[in-house]
Amino acid sequence: MTGSWKYDRPLVTLAAWVLALMWFLPLAYAIWTAFHPASYETHFVLWAPLTLENFASAWAQAPFAQYFLNTMILVVMILVVQIILATFAAYAFAVYEFAGKNILFGLVLVQLMIMPDILLVENYTTMRGLGLVDTILAIGLPYMGSAFAIFLLRQTFMTVPKELAEAAKIEGANALTLLWRVYVPLAKPTYLAFGLVSVSAHWNNFIWPLIITNSVSTRPLTVGLSVFAATDSGVEWSVINAATLMTSAPLLIAFLLFQRQFVQNFMRAGIK
Amino acid sequence: MRRTTIYAWLMLLPAMVLLMAFTHYPAIRTIIASLHSTARGHRASVFVGLANYERLLSDDVFKQVLWNNLIYGALTVPVSIAIAISMALLVNYKLRGRGFVRMAYFTPTVLPLIAVANIWLFFYTPGFGLIDQIRGMFGLAQQNWIGQPDTVLYAMMVVTVWKEAGFFMIFYLAALQSISPSLYEAAAIEGASRWTVFRRITFPLLMPTTLFVSVNAAINSFRLIDHIFVMTGGGPNNASSLLLYYIYQVAFREWDTAYGATLTVVLLAILLLLAVGQFFFFDRKVHYK
Repeated sequence: MTGSWKYDRPLVTLAAWVLALMWFLPLAYAIWTAFHPASYETHFVLWAPLTLENFASAWAQAPFAQYFLNTMILVVMILVVQIILATFAAYAFAVYEFAGKNILFGLVLVQLMIMPDILLVENYTTMRGLGLVDTILAIGLPYMGSAFAIFLLRQTFMTVPKELAEAAKIEGANALTLLWRVYVPLAKPTYLAFGLVSVSAHWNNFIWPLIITNSVSTRPLTVGLSVFAATDSGVEWSVINAATLMTSAPLLIAFLLFQRQFVQNFMRAGIK
Repeated sequence: MRRTTIYAWLMLLPAMVLLMAFTHYPAIRTIIASLHSTARGHRASVFVGLANYERLLSDDVFKQVLWNNLIYGALTVPVSIAIAISMALLVNYKLRGRGFVRMAYFTPTVLPLIAVANIWLFFYTPGFGLIDQIRGMFGLAQQNWIGQPDTVLYAMMVVTVWKEAGFFMIFYLAALQSISPSLYEAAAIEGASRWTVFRRITFPLLMPTTLFVSVNAAINSFRLIDHIFVMTGGGPNNASSLLLYYIYQVAFREWDTAYGATLTVVLLAILLLLAVGQFFFFDRKVHYK
């Protein structure tokens, strides 16, 4: 950047910082109240005593340990099934020529627009028919056939050089070995990118789990948090904020530690 | 040749079965259900033709939530995009503390919308929350931002923009980094002003990203309603209710599943329209790449 452009660098820096502070403020406020006694909720002094009391109190008032376990089972289960199913589907789309290929791929793409999230009524009916209402499996099942995963992996598999596959075939590799030895290792960055997006999406998902669960043993964190914050109107704000931070903490900490990877992978998953 | 077809179908089978069972099948079932009545007690569900759609036309709550949702989308989509572009341009500079700035912009993206709602609910609390505290310092009166019909929807939009802008920023960052520096050098030689450079070079080259982000933001404005559950429950007087929230209320609070299905058909039609619009736009407007 040359000439007059140099002079407004301080201005740009200032604008960037003002916006950053505005963006950080709501979270900073929640962090402040969560780590201080209730009497300091609106009383900002530097030497206010720090405390973990709010976290202990939230942890004791609701079965958060169970909610954490439910959410972890849920996100791992969804991710594993999504990846296995999408790998085979993407391989078929990327490598084989077969009857009905374009129609099937078109049907897959429909899900990018119409997600299971909005078909609440009929999906609930299906789950009731299967006898799965109020199970962790029911929360995850609608998302396991993921068009997004199939699409991303297909794009990646199509970039694998044909010569590489031919060479493996000459050495006697069958379709499965080829997939496992050649295609999957080359798609590692795609798997990582999709994994991050999938885990954060399902860690944060709310409406469908709210509808399909109704007991402590199946509820994920988001639903548990909303129940905790809503029913006990007597709960202090500092405790609710502590609970809120607690439920977001694993993703938030992972993000702060691996910031660059997060941003790059979200980008990779989004751009296609 | 036949053998590869069998192979391919076998590999596709599990994913396709699950995908269609929870996307295509329910979408078709929704349309069928919208032409029937809700089964209640001993009365079975019967075919009623377009009766549910007639009810739709005379349902004032439906009209209001649809209108709410259109305003909500019409404002949050362009505002999020404008802020996302600004963020990307700012972060693209080699400025002091760039790491912190980028982190601050992006952090809301990783938080669950439910958590975001709790944080902002606290922020908005009349008299007590930070916004009123700051207003108090300037001698302004207390405001119940989410308790008044004429401010509540806007208060919800602020939350949405806060949550989404940082996510869209990263797509713009990627796009900015792919613009050739020689274009800017040429503009500098010509003595073009900063604004001209943005209007004539940067913004047009970001167009594919803007279309991609717009469609996603528009879908999100119909799909993401978690914060409404926590912050307002659609109130006061449905002033902050959106289409999907109304569907939830009708189907799972009043258990009127047939009417819920009818409302869902409207939502499906809107998403279809967006999909068609995207196709049309991508074909005609985007010839840069």
